[in-house]
Amino acid sequence: MAANEARVRIVSDSDIVAARSQGRTLAIELGFSSGDITLIATAISELARNILSYARQGEILIRAIDGSNRAGILIVASDKGPGISDLRQALLDGFSTSGSLGLGLPGVRRLMDEFEITSAPMHGTTVKVKKWKL
Amino acid sequence: MEVPILKQGGFLIATVQAALTDADLLQLRAALLERVVRMRSRGVILDVTALDVMDSFASRTIREIAHMIRLRGAETVIVGIQPEVAFAMVQLGLTLEDVATALDLEEGLEYLNKKFKSTMS
Amino acid sequence: MVRKRNEAVAVATQNATGDAAQRSEVTSNLLRELVAHLRQNRTSLREEWVRRITEAQLLTAMTKEEIFAEATSVYDSYVEALETGTFEALQNYARNLSERIIPRGVETHEVVGIVLLLRDVLARSLFAKYQDDFEELNRILDAYEPAANRIANTVAVGFVQERERVIRQQQEAIRELSTPVLQVRERLLILPIIGVIDPQRARQLTEQLLRGIRTNRAKVVVIDITGVAAMDATVANHLVQTVEASRLLGATVIVTGLSPEIAQTLVTIGVDLGKMNTVGDLQGGIEQAERLLGYKVVLMAEAG
Repeated sequence: MAANEARVRIVSDSDIVAARSQGRTLAIELGFSSGDITLIATAISELARNILSYARQGEILIRAIDGSNRAGILIVASDKGPGISDLRQALLDGFSTSGSLGLGLPGVRRLMDEFEITSAPMHGTTVKVKKWKL
Repeated sequence: MEVPILKQGGFLIATVQAALTDADLLQLRAALLERVVRMRSRGVILDVTALDVMDSFASRTIREIAHMIRLRGAETVIVGIQPEVAFAMVQLGLTLEDVATALDLEEGLEYLNKKFKSTMS
Repeated sequence: MVRKRNEAVAVATQNATGDAAQRSEVTSNLLRELVAHLRQNRTSLREEWVRRITEAQLLTAMTKEEIFAEATSVYDSYVEALETGTFEALQNYARNLSERIIPRGVETHEVVGIVLLLRDVLARSLFAKYQDDFEELNRILDAYEPAANRIANTVAVGFVQERERVIRQQQEAIRELSTPVLQVRERLLILPIIGVIDPQRARQLTEQLLRGIRTNRAKVVVIDITGVAAMDATVANHLVQTVEASRLLGATVIVTGLSPEIAQTLVTIGVDLGKMNTVGDLQGGIEQAERLLGYKVVLMAEAG
């Protein structure tokens, strides 16, 4: 396994913990603060959970990335599930949402620095998030 | 991984040891409920000090635990949420708003004792 | 022969002393002449200077108009310093100028650069004027150079001193902000939030507070927002998150210093103020905190 990349197949709930753990390991290696490590692990957890809930299976890719003058971590959550029909609705960020409803995508966006999503009915969903080390 | 549950006076103390899978959480929910009923406990302390991530499922399950235990006439307190975990939780909008929380085991016991004393009188 | 030489030496010595006095009078005359020249050619020399500044890509943080305005002030102060021989006014101007341009991001090398360019522009204009009289040119340059050096020095040092002062101030502000969480009593923390809050600082404050709650085993936190400069929806949301996160650690939060405007912002973003514990001022908040903790509230006069 390449030292700065990890792929975890998500097919059961124990895989969620595995993905979190991999993310945590890489984040520690990259020297993220403990607060940021928790944010990254939590984001992975939510993204992996979405895969399970809506697509039954998919994959989480965790990779170290380089920005200009800074290191970062990239998480790609992908599945070939039914896709999100109303992306705009899913991304609606109401402050003070209860968070246990829906996909929690606004929450994931708050946890990370960059957020990108591609999804279409019948084409699956890919969510890419990045966090940069300060 | 099964969460150990100890009895202390009229209370139950469940201490999470490591990261919990969804299945672990559901098992914990069932175990706590069963024990609250069998031992007629008045309070439950759920110690999550060792939990490094609290996501939406964990948050929802904990709220369900507290709700179900309340239906049996007992009170639940969550203790030991780490500062970073609390921060991540509020970013996700997970506030555990209808569940009592305390800093640690000591505070949790104090909370339950006070609560129980007030209900006694 | 010998006596003549001695006489010559004696005369030379007398002339030397006289020369010094004569020289300083000559210098003043020359400087007067110089100043007159600089005043006469004020417009063209200033323009030349500004052109050179732009060419050298200095003061890029400022607009053309701003550069010209400042250049005018510097030029006039320069000439005045040459004329009066005193540099206090120039010093004050340099400090004043620095105060204005440092926040704009102007750096030391730029300030030194433009002063040297002015010196160059003026020297060249002297070359042009006295090109036919080499000796006169030399004399005027002799008068000009020490003064020009002194001026460049004064402006540069003034700028650097001001910059150091600003940096010291900023460091102090950072130090203050680095330890904003105060423990005043057992189990009670106060977090006074002052100034402008950007998302990064808000996050820093929240993390610091949460760690503080854990370390100090605080049961009550008073967050005072009297000093917050502006509260928009983002900052208000951070405040709400801080309150919620503190509660997860078992602490009760009292928010003090809530102005009607901020209360309005909170309501607008959907906060139920009825659920948030708020008190008018910090003192009142501390008193309530103490009540919550079971302390008796004793008036300072009685305690004395």
